Amino acid sequence: MAKTILEMRGITKTFPGVKALQDVNLSVQEGEIHAIVGENGAGKSTLMKVLSGVYPHGSYEGEIHFDGQECRFNGIHDSERVGIVIIHQELALVPLLSITENIFLGNEQAKFGVIDWHSARSRAKKLLARVGLSENPDTLITNIGVGKQQLVEIAKALSKEVRLLILDEPTASLSEKDSQALLDLLLEFKRQGMTAILISHKLNEVKKVADRVTVIRDGRTIETMDRDDVSEDRIITSMVGRTMDDRYPTRTPKIGETIFEVKDWVVHHPLHPDRQIIKGINLSVRKGEVVGIAGLMGAGRTEFAMSVFGRSYGTKVSGEVLLHGKPADTTTVEKAVAAGLAYATEDRKTYGLNLIDHIKHNVTIANLPGVSSKAGVIDDMSELKVAKDFRKRTNIRSSSVYQVTGNLSGGNQQKVVLSKWLFSNPDVLILDEPTRGIDVGAKYEIYTIINKLADEGKGILVISSEMPELLGICDRIYVLNEGRIVGELAGHEASQEKIMRAIVRGEEKAAS
Amino acid sequence: MTTETVTPAEAAPARQSMRDALKENLREYGLVLALIVIMVFFQVMTNGILFLPVNLTNVVLQNSYIIVMALGMLLVIVAGHIDLSVGSVAGFVGAVAAVLMVDYGWNPLLAAAACIAVGAVIGGAQGYFIAYMKIPSFIVTLAGMLVFKGLLLALLGGRSVGPFPTEFQLLSAGFIPDLIGRWTIVAPTLNASGNPIPNTGIALHSTTMVIGVLVVALMFYLATRTRRAQERHGHETEPFGLFLVKNAIMAVIIMFLMYKFASYRGLPNVLIVMGLLTALFVFITKRMTFGRRIFAMGGNIKAAALSGIKTERLTFYVFVIMGMLAALAGLIYAARLNQATPKAGAGMELDVIAAVFVGGASAMGGVGEVAGAVIGAFIMGVMNNGMGIMGINIDWQQVIKGLVLLGAVAFDLYNKKKA
Ligand SMILES: Nc1ncnc2c1ncn2[C@@H]1O[C@H](COP(=O)(O)OP(=O)(O)OP(=O)(O)O)[C@@H](O)[C@H]1O
Ligand SMILES: [Mg+2]
Repeated sequence: MAKTILEMRGITKTFPGVKALQDVNLSVQEGEIHAIVGENGAGKSTLMKVLSGVYPHGSYEGEIHFDGQECRFNGIHDSERVGIVIIHQELALVPLLSITENIFLGNEQAKFGVIDWHSARSRAKKLLARVGLSENPDTLITNIGVGKQQLVEIAKALSKEVRLLILDEPTASLSEKDSQALLDLLLEFKRQGMTAILISHKLNEVKKVADRVTVIRDGRTIETMDRDDVSEDRIITSMVGRTMDDRYPTRTPKIGETIFEVKDWVVHHPLHPDRQIIKGINLSVRKGEVVGIAGLMGAGRTEFAMSVFGRSYGTKVSGEVLLHGKPADTTTVEKAVAAGLAYATEDRKTYGLNLIDHIKHNVTIANLPGVSSKAGVIDDMSELKVAKDFRKRTNIRSSSVYQVTGNLSGGNQQKVVLSKWLFSNPDVLILDEPTRGIDVGAKYEIYTIINKLADEGKGILVISSEMPELLGICDRIYVLNEGRIVGELAGHEASQEKIMRAIVRGEEKAAS
Repeated sequence: MTTETVTPAEAAPARQSMRDALKENLREYGLVLALIVIMVFFQVMTNGILFLPVNLTNVVLQNSYIIVMALGMLLVIVAGHIDLSVGSVAGFVGAVAAVLMVDYGWNPLLAAAACIAVGAVIGGAQGYFIAYMKIPSFIVTLAGMLVFKGLLLALLGGRSVGPFPTEFQLLSAGFIPDLIGRWTIVAPTLNASGNPIPNTGIALHSTTMVIGVLVVALMFYLATRTRRAQERHGHETEPFGLFLVKNAIMAVIIMFLMYKFASYRGLPNVLIVMGLLTALFVFITKRMTFGRRIFAMGGNIKAAALSGIKTERLTFYVFVIMGMLAALAGLIYAARLNQATPKAGAGMELDVIAAVFVGGASAMGGVGEVAGAVIGAFIMGVMNNGMGIMGINIDWQQVIKGLVLLGAVAFDLYNKKKA
């Protein structure tokens, strides 16, 4: 019987109007990977913030015992001192600093306040080697992809004598390959004797690496399962409180004429105008059709979508956009919205929400004319009604529509972004990673919404890195690689292998 | 599938709990409370001079141009920018007005309109560099501050220009006409020869009192209408008792001030200008899409742009408005001094910016209230006035004002953290 390293007892944490945690118990054994799962807003991140001292002792009720000692952390410095290190749901790297600088940020290799860059760099190199990242430690964070950034975060954690590593949805924005690498790394650490807590909505990952799984629902612990009892269905049942027979709602597509078409779309890099990012894309979406875009991270999917949506990305954009068969002007976001286009971003914090304002104002901002008079006077009551309707429709969990979006759980923020674009009432909706960081139950709800929109005769374009998701909901799938379409598959004949094969073929062709 | 977390407020949508409502209102009215406390404090410290009708009128006249600029500065700061040039611009425009009216003999109305247009152009020019060329507003307006300070000196060539035509002076020195005649409440005491002794008895400027009653009536009407609409749509409303008490207190305060003004010479013209402008800006920020978009932009400019907001144009307009208000403030200030001087406007920007921050705006953008900025300006203004009467030295006045600014913002942040 392994030794219990962490014991959290009776943790209760309230925010104004919300009881985020209620008498939660968690016990983690030394050397295990302990997964925590639960719906959006269940309180997983909050529990980890309590554990790591982000919410200091006294701001919550209950006890934390680590390594046999009762802990009363007043900040993350205290928890790091005993070896508890957290990697938050949102990456906390400084984009314009180098990898080395980021790794030692707040923990500089200094004597009397003077940083010893030589030893810092060589230590950084060693840490990067441990996480399997072969990158020059002087590289700026902005210049590496999210997958590598996540590894830098882990290297940063390793730089502090870590005994318990907490990862809050580390793979949410990673490609399958990068996720795989990260999970392997986690298993490697486990072999070296490290304990880890992993929060994830990707249940297949949980199943793969977790020794035990604790389920949290509505701020309470439901149960802790042992490895042998864990199955995805069992977890889901426990998470949502009932069985879920299907992950994807069924639908009989009623597909009409072409509603959206992009022709010969070419986009150049905004900073290096001679570099082509999108190299001549042609695609179309029909009424009532759900079309997917598959591809690896960096294939240019987001860049494509944003450049179409009001030239929000890139320079020297050329090509044609047709809506309802007629050329449409989408050169500014406003014109694109007016033409009937909407784009829900993959990066809700940076591009999606005004985090200091509440749900109501965020939901209506893309369609203010929809709640105001011609003269530009907003009708408070109809705005409130709209916000309440969408809160209900997309099942946003919050104290009210006046909750500040910055305080919502990640998944619920995503639903606010979605609501905002649903309210703009577009004909064609481009959804970029619409279920990133969203729990299984809410995913089902979002798929249902997508289906309903399609049934209303709208065209839906879904960008997703989760292939099962594309296979589960799309009528047709384009495969994008390095700015080119390298394959097009009908939904019923598509498979993960076929998509991968298309990508590989595209790479070979580009190489030859 | 997912059990809705139903909050008590939603289970019974009709009424907020008294505690919630009080908490909400305390924050909302905290500033008003602070202003009242400060006023009472100085009333005591100045042996009752502060609340004398003539002095209250003075407070308004002394601060009118700061308040006018604070309205624009609020938009600028909410939009995530800053404008350091407003003092210089106000001084410069005042000089333009003097040259036009005094040297060239322009009609005051025409000259004033031209001056506002000059302000719009100045704001537009700075706004262009900020919005379209993406130069930080701090730098652009710092440059503007130097440029217009210099232009002011160049234009006046070291002299002071004045006096202004009497019609123009009315902007700052005038009072609204008494259409109905004065109401004598208490007859003045007569001296031995049977003539009334000045400053005895109470005779009220009746138009002012009538306006006071109308304003209170309008306030009640609007409050009731909002409440009705909330009820009709099934949204939660605050407890009726609180609603009544709150509005009654506001009504008493308004009538008290009106009474004070009425027992002197009535409402100053400039107060009417200020009142209307404040109402307009409250409306713009609270109810209009234009205002809402400024807040959205200040909160997250990237998300705003991706929501179809033309962030560049919006920023540009914000600075145009700021320029026009700085110009108006310049006119008010010049009319008050009855001349344009080379030193006009110096340092005003600091008072204006301080007023907006004391009023609860966030330096990061996206947060702020018009009413807050106006009250913030009055807090600073009453302190200036009170300390002046008490005979505190200018140097110490600065120290105290600085500390109040710091204290106010620290207190605000502390409150927000606790909530
Ligand atoms: N600072 C805050 N103020 C108010 N409410 C908050 C705050 N932080 C979190 N909450 C609320 O606490 C609840 C739990 O949030 P938490 O972030 O822990 O959820 P989560 O389980 O991590 O969800 P997700 O899977 O979506 O990340 C939510 O209802 C959220 O709205
Ligand atoms: Mg979370």
